[in-house]
Amino acid sequence: MKHVKTLNAANLKKTAAHGGCGECQASCQSACKTSCTVANQKCEKKDK
Amino acid sequence: MIHKYQLNGCNIVLDVHSGGVHIVDDLTYRMLDLIQPPLQPVCPETARDVLADTYTDAEITEAYQELYQMYQDGVLFSEDDYAQFADRMVASPIKAMCLHISHDCNLRCKYCFASTGDFGQGRMLMPVETGKKAIDFLLEHSKGRRNLELDFFGGEPLMNFGAVKEVVRYARSKEKEYNKNFRFTITTNGVLLDQEKIDFINAEMSNVVLSLDGRKEVNDRMRPDVGGHGSYDRIIDRYKALVQTRGDKDYYVRGTFTKYNLDFMEDVLHISRQGFDQLSVEPVVTDPQMPYALTEEDLPAIFAEYERLAAYMASPEHRGEFNFFHFMIDLDQGPCAIKRLRGCGCGNEYVAVTPDGDIYPCHQFVGMEEWKMGNLEDGTFDFRKKDFFAQTTIYNKEDCRTCWAKFYCSGGCNANNLQYSGDVLKAHKLSCELEKKRVECAIMIKACRMMDAE
Repeated sequence: MKHVKTLNAANLKKTAAHGGCGECQASCQSACKTSCTVANQKCEKKDK
Repeated sequence: MIHKYQLNGCNIVLDVHSGGVHIVDDLTYRMLDLIQPPLQPVCPETARDVLADTYTDAEITEAYQELYQMYQDGVLFSEDDYAQFADRMVASPIKAMCLHISHDCNLRCKYCFASTGDFGQGRMLMPVETGKKAIDFLLEHSKGRRNLELDFFGGEPLMNFGAVKEVVRYARSKEKEYNKNFRFTITTNGVLLDQEKIDFINAEMSNVVLSLDGRKEVNDRMRPDVGGHGSYDRIIDRYKALVQTRGDKDYYVRGTFTKYNLDFMEDVLHISRQGFDQLSVEPVVTDPQMPYALTEEDLPAIFAEYERLAAYMASPEHRGEFNFFHFMIDLDQGPCAIKRLRGCGCGNEYVAVTPDGDIYPCHQFVGMEEWKMGNLEDGTFDFRKKDFFAQTTIYNKEDCRTCWAKFYCSGGCNANNLQYSGDVLKAHKLSCELEKKRVECAIMIKACRMMDAE
């Protein structure tokens, strides 16, 4: 496309259907302990 | 729902419900102010009339066709159909724990949410037996979850390092039998770090959080010891020694910024120049009456500083110098939507345990008696409270449901909501504003890198 560049697969809805295994890190266990940020956590599921 | 913003020369459009991130030209950016879903195959005349002052008819048609195609592909103005996943928001196994191995501390940090270490409950070290019971609790309540997380927290956990080692040894001895993988982390102020502790931490801890606020004068103003002396000179070389032998395991040098250092980018750069490349410098969250508290009047300065830092990190000459925790984002392989709906998991899949064996929804709730969930010694645990926290999803938080950032922050910190907005389900607005700015910056950095890579 000439006017728009999409940077990702935009597949959040698909991950809803296949996600939820719960193996990923609780967000407060990484660095913050005061300021919740979930989007920077890694997914543990290799075949999603 | 979409969110659009301009930053560092980029026009960025987020499609909230598909997770789509788009870079658009000026024409398209303006056009998005003039159209509303449901989109029709042909550009509305009202939009065409406004844009005709700058663009040709052919250009307008072409840009609109691209947006219409995106709309049909479900990556623009996509529907919010996440309600169908509500049944996935049920109570989870408990698989993460903040273990308060020490309610004592050798520093007297002025902003400490733990009342300088004891959480208002008296200075105390956790007995080894209580730590072992905490491991047993996790083994029992984690059910089918394999990866278990345990953060040694305080107070200052190195003040009870013998117990840390015993608890790690005990947990490791149970891994095979229970088919579990313990991931230990530790959060320390570094004062008691020595080579023996460094070796143990680097062998056993998958992540270590090293507290340092940045420049010596900034750090020492807020992080003095019991006698009022600054801590910087005692810890900086110990951190360097730890990181030198860290290998490929995670660590963060983690600071807190306050009203006293709204130029916190200088602290980020200072830490980076000491040779560290995994950094987190985060806003203080405290009683707004405190002189160092961040308040709404500070937001323009903080926003400008976040943008300055983001522009620095996005620039080709500084790219890759360091990771900044709050600007880390993966646009494709990040957490699934279910994780994002659930939020931080406190009180549901994550709990905190005090030296007395009391169980709380998380470390920030410790000391709030009415939120206590149970005790390891008497074997009590209030599953009604757990069920309550299982429901604290972004779709049960009124302010979050309609927020463009909901899938990035996932509802914020429940404890902050309670302490500063009076309700777990009511967003703490100051934190929201900061989070939204950070997400905008993080996506911009990513966008710049991806565009340059092509």
